[in-house]
Parts: sequence; structure tokens; C-alpha cells
Amino acid sequence: MALRDFFVTTLDWAASLARKNSLWPMPFGTACCAIELMAAGASRHDIARFGAEAMRFSPRQCDLMIVAGRVVMKMVPVMQRIWLQMPEPKWCISMGACASSGGVFDTYCTVQGIDRFIPVDIYIPGCPPRPEQILQAIIDLQERIQKGGTLTGKEFAARTRPKNPAPLALEVLPADKMVAPGDFATATRLREGEKSP
Amino acid sequence: MTHDEILAGLRERFGPDSFATAEFRDNRRVIVPAERVHAVLAFLKGQCGFDMLAEMTAVDYLRYPNAKDRYGVVYCLLDTRAGTRLVVKTFVNDPEPVLPSAYPLWKAADWLEREVYDMYGIRFDGHPDLRRILMPEEFTAYPLRKDYPLRGKGERHNLPVLTRAEG
Repeated sequence: MALRDFFVTTLDWAASLARKNSLWPMPFGTACCAIELMAAGASRHDIARFGAEAMRFSPRQCDLMIVAGRVVMKMVPVMQRIWLQMPEPKWCISMGACASSGGVFDTYCTVQGIDRFIPVDIYIPGCPPRPEQILQAIIDLQERIQKGGTLTGKEFAARTRPKNPAPLALEVLPADKMVAPGDFATATRLREGEKSP
Repeated sequence: MTHDEILAGLRERFGPDSFATAEFRDNRRVIVPAERVHAVLAFLKGQCGFDMLAEMTAVDYLRYPNAKDRYGVVYCLLDTRAGTRLVVKTFVNDPEPVLPSAYPLWKAADWLEREVYDMYGIRFDGHPDLRRILMPEEFTAYPLRKDYPLRGKGERHNLPVLTRAEG
């Protein structure tokens, strides 16, 4: 038998190769990012070149959740339920500024980053991101799966419960809460308790 | 029915001093006290042909210059046959802002009043199902009140956290 007729590898490597080239995205689109996600799936940008074209609207058939758009408080239980319904191994992409950090929606009902409530593997910046950035995120995720993936998925089991979500860079102290709009005459915002001049 | 005929009809039925009027471009408003608003709305529907409640909302006048009352509630009526529009406005105050429901007159008031209740905490007597419509059921504040902070009181962070270990 000639040497070139076989090669030696690990089962982990083979499993990762299969998984990374056949990601099935679950499009969790809640806003304008979902439009760019559709553009990434259309013929011009063609996400099929990276093996991720089989978008399924049932989480039970998917292994990659792409959260595209702002998520409000009322949507978080829905998102978590969809995440739990997806079979292992599974990954999550947080697409766009709103899903990653709340974006411009720094309001009472908008979640300031979905990673506070579900695990996220890849973040895509942008408002909304270009389809090329989505493709880059798929490539990055493929690289990550190939590097750390195992046949049994033990890299997921090894992850322990993280500490509470870190405070936001721009966390507002309770004493510092703004009331909007504070002063109608000058259209300026007042701090809570402050009297308008 | 023109606006002048409607206002004349209202004066005849409720008395000349029972309401105030205001005007901005073609936008005619009738400002009535809260205890008379239901009778006025019933009259406008029954006698003046306003068969549609096109829009209903509220305004919080906290810290508004020269405002005497805390909340304004606005009904935008439409006569779909004549195309006439009329705005009816009334005021309610803390601690118990309550109005009679317009649901018996227009079924459209169902969700509109639920929205006003959800955002401002104004209750509507006689509403068949006064629940929150936009915010989660367990939400306790009324977020469009001006004394509610823009960023909330931490409700948006107070949700269960899911980790990899849990699935």
C-alpha cells in the first residue's frame, strides 16, 4: 500500500470539518439587520459559498442562531426558549450594534446586549452590518469550530457558569437617572429630582 | 355636518359654558371636563355621525409650562361618510386618574385604552379587559410618565440568564 493512500487524523478534526462546513442558521431577525441577513443569503453575496445557506425557521433543525436586531425585554424569554430548543452543538452570532450592546436604543425596555442573557460566540459590529461582515463572521466561526471543536462537544460542557453580566461601560447610577424631557421650555434633560430653572 | 353645526349642537345639548374649543389649522378641538367626556362622546357618535375612533392617546403634562392638570387624554374622531374630523380632549389627575371607557361606543377603544393604561396608568371604568398590551405583564411602572427615567429602573437587566451549562 502506497503511503499516499491514507492519512491519519483525529475524530475531533473530522467532526469539526463536517460541522463547520454545514452550519444551519436560525435567523432570529427582529429589525433591519435581518434585511442585511437576507441580502447575505441572496445571490449577490451568497452565504452558500460557506455552507451556511440552509436557513431553517425551526430551531430544532438549526445549529447557529443569528440574532439580528434589537431585542426587548418581552422578547428575551422567547429568544431563550428558541436557544434551548436548538440541538447541540450550537453556536450564536450576535449581529449588529443593537443585539450586541443595545445600540442607540438605550431605553427602559431594550436589552443592552443579548450576551447578558444567552451565550454568544461571535459579535458583528455595524448598524446594520454589511453582508460581507456576516460572511466574515461565518468564516471566523468556522475557524473557531475547527480549532476547538470536539466530537462529543465537550468544549461546551467545560464552560462554567459565568459571573453576572459585567456592568456596561456607560452604566447610569440610580442617582444619576435622567428624566426625559425634563424642561419643555429649553428641551433639556434634567436629572431626577432636579428642578427646572 | 360641519364643525360649526357640531359645536352649535354641543352648546345646545350641554350648555354654552360646558366646554372649551381650540383650533390649529383645520384641526378643531373640543376640551371637556372628565366627568362630561362620556356624554359628549356619546352625543358626537349618536347625533353627529362620528362613527370611528381613529386614534386615542394621552399626554403627561408634568413640568409643562402653565399646565394645570397632569394628564391629557385625546380622542381623535372621524366621520367616515362626511370625512369630518374632531379632537376631543380631557384632563385627569393623580392619584387616581380614571375615565369612563369609550368601549361601549367604539370597539376600537379596546386596544387604544389598553395602550393608554399600559403607558400612563390611566384606568378606564367599564373596559372589558384592561390589561397591559405592550409591556410584559409583570412590569409594574408606567413608562411614558415623565417622572419615569428614560433608562428605566433596572427592569431591562432583571431577567433570567442562560449559560452554556444549561443548554
